[in-house]
Amino acid sequence: MLYSAIASLTLMGLTLGFFLGLAGRYLKVESNPIVDELESLMPGSQCGQCGFPGCRPAAEAIVEGAAPVTICPPGGRALIEQLAAKLAIDFDLDSIEDKDPAFAQVSEETCIGCTRCFKVCPTDAIMGGPKQIHQVFREACTGCEACIEVCPTECLHMDGVEITLGTWRWPKPALAA
Amino acid sequence: MTEYLLILLSTALVNNVVLVKFLGLCPFMGVSNKLDTAIGMGLATTFVLTLAAASSWMIEHFILQPFDIGFLRILAFILIIAAVVQFTEMFIHKTSPMLYQLLGIFLPLITTNCAVLGVALLNIQEQHTFVESVVYGFGSALGFTLVMIIFAGIRQRLALSDVPDTFSGAPIGFITAGLLALAFLGFAGLPTG
Repeated sequence: MLYSAIASLTLMGLTLGFFLGLAGRYLKVESNPIVDELESLMPGSQCGQCGFPGCRPAAEAIVEGAAPVTICPPGGRALIEQLAAKLAIDFDLDSIEDKDPAFAQVSEETCIGCTRCFKVCPTDAIMGGPKQIHQVFREACTGCEACIEVCPTECLHMDGVEITLGTWRWPKPALAA
Repeated sequence: MTEYLLILLSTALVNNVVLVKFLGLCPFMGVSNKLDTAIGMGLATTFVLTLAAASSWMIEHFILQPFDIGFLRILAFILIIAAVVQFTEMFIHKTSPMLYQLLGIFLPLITTNCAVLGVALLNIQEQHTFVESVVYGFGSALGFTLVMIIFAGIRQRLALSDVPDTFSGAPIGFITAGLLALAFLGFAGLPTG
């Protein structure tokens, strides 16, 4: 019984592996090697702050030139440096500061209810109707700043995260000087 | 024929895997935020569940029983389910890259969807024939898909409604799931033949 158990499981494993190998060969999806390289540089947290559904789509957009190398907020300066080096793009790194996480915020005094901001919001984080003051859902806002530019009255601004018991995190480890 | 229809009806509605047997709750809560992804997940799970039900029946009757190694059942079934899921993943990646991205991590996680293993084991326990097993698997998957779609529809509306802070997000999701399960208990009143 022992031997038949070992033999049958081994056989099953081998057969399944063989068929999966075959399937892997026939169903292979050709991928761009540059996209693969860029994806391996990115954080891989699939956070969507760039407005793409994950790191791989963002890498594809960067390769196509549809997105700037500065697209990834969690990656910060280090990632921009690596991406620019990999793609041989000259980029002025001094203009980039490491930013703290922030949310969009509507100033209620100046909002005219034009609905432009929530049309561009990639995560539907802005609520409101025509001629009604809009509001940002902090749970859904990814801090992408897409809404800032379209606002005709400049009433949208980015607001840092208020530190409460729920939002406090250990600070990132600092490099020794 | 009536017999198979009854199995289909009973697994999809009366003994729904998610809401009556409480199997496969992870994708039920996890991928039900959007209707599109819920439908995709339902279809992928349907594919895996039906194929897994068929192949696990064959494993049971051609390998485990002849060699009298029933104690390896769970191990062998997990192996075959993992292989089927891997195949499904490759297939979806090839045919529909968009769906592949939308499903994300939940696609490989179908492996650990206990509904898949549960249905395979229940098939053996209830001593189904091959066709019955396949119909049972397909019916369960149909029920799973149905519930996923209903729940995703409700959650899409919930996202727009005014939920008290305490309940917003997962809590109201769980409460809704509970109410939905209660509603599905109503199907127990159907004559099951």
